[in-house]
Formats: sequence, C-alpha cells, structure tokens
Amino acid sequence: MASFWEYANPLKFMRTTDWLLPVVTWAAVIVTTVGLVWGFFFTPDDFRQGSTVKIIFLHVPAAMMAINIWVMMLVASLIWLIRRHHVSALAAKAAAPIGVTMTLIGLITGAVWGQPMWGTWWAWDPRLTSFLILFLFYLGYIALWAAIEDPDTGADLTAVLCIVGSVFAVLSRYAAIFWSQGLHQGASLSLAPGTRVDWAYKAPLYISMVGFGLVFLALLLAGTRTEIRARRMKALVTRERMA
Amino acid sequence: MRDLRLALRAGGGFGLGLAFFLILAVLVPLGVGPAPETLALIAPGILWVGALLACLLSLDRIFALDFEDGSLDLLATAPVPLEAVVTIKALAHWLTTGLPLVLISPVLGLLLFLPGEAYLWLILSLMLGTPALSVIGTFGAALTVGLKRGGLLLSLLVLPLYIPTLIFGAEVVSRGAQGLSVATPLALLAGITAGAVALLPFASALVLRINLR
Repeated sequence: MASFWEYANPLKFMRTTDWLLPVVTWAAVIVTTVGLVWGFFFTPDDFRQGSTVKIIFLHVPAAMMAINIWVMMLVASLIWLIRRHHVSALAAKAAAPIGVTMTLIGLITGAVWGQPMWGTWWAWDPRLTSFLILFLFYLGYIALWAAIEDPDTGADLTAVLCIVGSVFAVLSRYAAIFWSQGLHQGASLSLAPGTRVDWAYKAPLYISMVGFGLVFLALLLAGTRTEIRARRMKALVTRERMA
Repeated sequence: MRDLRLALRAGGGFGLGLAFFLILAVLVPLGVGPAPETLALIAPGILWVGALLACLLSLDRIFALDFEDGSLDLLATAPVPLEAVVTIKALAHWLTTGLPLVLISPVLGLLLFLPGEAYLWLILSLMLGTPALSVIGTFGAALTVGLKRGGLLLSLLVLPLYIPTLIFGAEVVSRGAQGLSVATPLALLAGITAGAVALLPFASALVLRINLR
C-alpha cells in the first residue's frame, strides 16, 4: 500500500488522480442523484411538515460538508506548515470555495425550510448564527488567498489564519450558544439510542450524505489539479521570460 | 523601546478612534430616535460595537509605517524576540486606543441613557475586553502588513475573530443593566483576553516573519 505522503509529490498526485478523478466524479454523480431522487420523489410526506421535509436531503449533507471541509482545510494547513507539502496547501486553497458554497447551500435551504415551518427566513439561533460566522471565516480565508501574490507566502499566511480562525470559530460557536436560546432542532442524526428520524428518510439521507462527500472529493481533486497546472504554467512562463 | 513606540503613536491620529466612537454614539440616537427606553435597551450593544469599530480603525497603523520605512526589518533582526516586539506593539495600540475608549465610555453611556447599575460593568468589561481586541487586531495587522489593499481585507479578517469578545462583552453590560449576575460572561471574557494575550503574539510573530521573508 502506497503511503499517503507520496502524494505530496505533484507528479505522483497528478498521475493517480488522472484515473481517480473520473471514477470519483461518476460515483459522485450517481450516488448524489440516487440519494436526491429517492429523497425527493420516493419518500412519503411528513404528517406535520408536508413535503418541506424533503429539504433535509440537501440541507443536512451540505451543512455537514461545510463543517467537515473546514476541518479538512485545517488538517491540510497543518500538513503544509509542518511538512511543507505543496499539494496539501493547494488542496486547502481548492477546498475553500467548495466549503463556502456548501455553507451557502446550508443557509439558503435552511431559510427556505424555515419560512413555512418557523414562519421566518432567519432567526438569531446559535446554530444559524455560527453558520453565518463560518461563512464569514470562509470569505476572509478566500480573500487572503486572493490578495497575496507570492504563492508560498500566501500558503503560509492562510494556513496560520486557518488555525487561528478555527480556534475562534469554535469559541464563537459556544459564545453563540451562550448568547441566545435556540430555535433549531437538535441533531437529526445521532448514534445515541432513541432515533428521531424514520428509516424511510434516513436511508436516502445517508446516501445523499455520501454523495455530497463524493462531490466534494471530485471537486477538490479537480480544483487541486487546476491549481497544480496553474502553478506549472506560471513556472513555464517565468522560464520563457528568463531565456 | 516602549517609550519610543508611544511617542511615535502620539504623532499620528491619536484621537481619531475616540472621535469615531463619539460620532457613533451621536449618530445612533439620530438614527433610532431619542426615546430613552429604546436607547437604554440598545446602549450596551452600541457601546461595544462602537469600541470594536474604533479599535479596528487604527489597526492598519500598527505595522504599516514601520514596514514602509524599514524599521520593522530592524526590529525583526534586533536582539529582542519578535514575539516581545509584537506584544509591545499590541500594548501600545491598547494604550492609545483601548484605554481612552474605556475612559470615555461612561460619558457616551450617559448620552445613550445607559442604566445606572451598568456603568461599573461597562468600564470593567471594556477594560477586560479591549486588550483582546488589540492583540487580535495586531495578528490581523501582521497578516496584511505587506499588502497594498490591506485595509478592507484587514476588517474582513479581524471582525469574525472579534465575535466571541463582542458577545461576552456586550452580554456583561446588558446583564448588568438588567441587574442580573454577570459572573459567567465576565469570567469567559477574561478567559478570552488571557488566552489571546498569551497565545496570539506567537502567531503574530510567525506571520510577521513570513511577511518579512
């Protein structure tokens, strides 16, 4: 079994993702389609929520991915800072726009569901607030990447920002819980006994969650490949100029 | 060195943050109307947000001047650890921005009909919270020191980091205004400040070294 660290070599990474990317992309398309189509068309309406319950198949996976992508960026930033693997820094850079999109999907679907169910698009509930704050953190991270010319400096600075930001994001989450009472229901899925969600909903939900994970992986690989290619092109242009 | 910093600061825009804080406290009643009950209700939040924005206003000046004339490079190569330099910079920023805000805040509280019980907590919470604002802001300033359009980016980076401080700080004052116990938010606010002062200078120094590379 090849070591994970081998993929720090851009060449090796490109060669592996050459065949891996189409596989992951197709898997992502198929699994997400199955999950969403099953969720939207082949589940019963909830007796209280009606058909709005089906937003869960977009909302929960997107929200889950929004948080997981930030964690992935944190790990990639640490790997970059400690072991200086360029692919890792580029992967963190490529992950941020996907993360911000997932956060936005989570917020918008939540608002669309909240309007008929809670009677309001928005509430200053801890969960909603922390998600908005996460959105701001993503924006700051992306803006810092965009502002810095030198790629290595940019990678270093954004990595430190990601680490410091993570600490403050967690602090903000608990501050928000302290600050306001919640309207949002508790976790829809949990390992604790006494399940709250019926299997009729849970099965397609799990499938969409896996699908969203695959979508992220496919977009991440594609984004990282683009970044590596852009880096190579820059190097070529520089070499041309030097000659 | 501290004296040098302070003298340097006194030259440029010392009262600017204060004036901004004052203007904000004047504008809010003009915007929401002069009803004392409404103003009293929102006063804690307004004062804290105002202090935070006034702090933000002077952040880009922490390193920018020294970066331009090259003295930042000298400081980085000086036989003092860069962490200490950053801490002193944050302290200087606090002395010129945070402390005057703390001192003027009761007057502005008066303008906004802040309830009598809350004054003590307003001063105490700002006293405890503004050092965190300076230290976090120094980190943001270190991140953006070499950038041309750093000002706007700086606010985008720093404001999310200010959120926990703001929540606990404003909570102390509004609980104090309602006569509730303020021990929990006050302790959490002090905790954030202590943690930020202890750890963030290392991050700021690291970032500064990267930027000066």
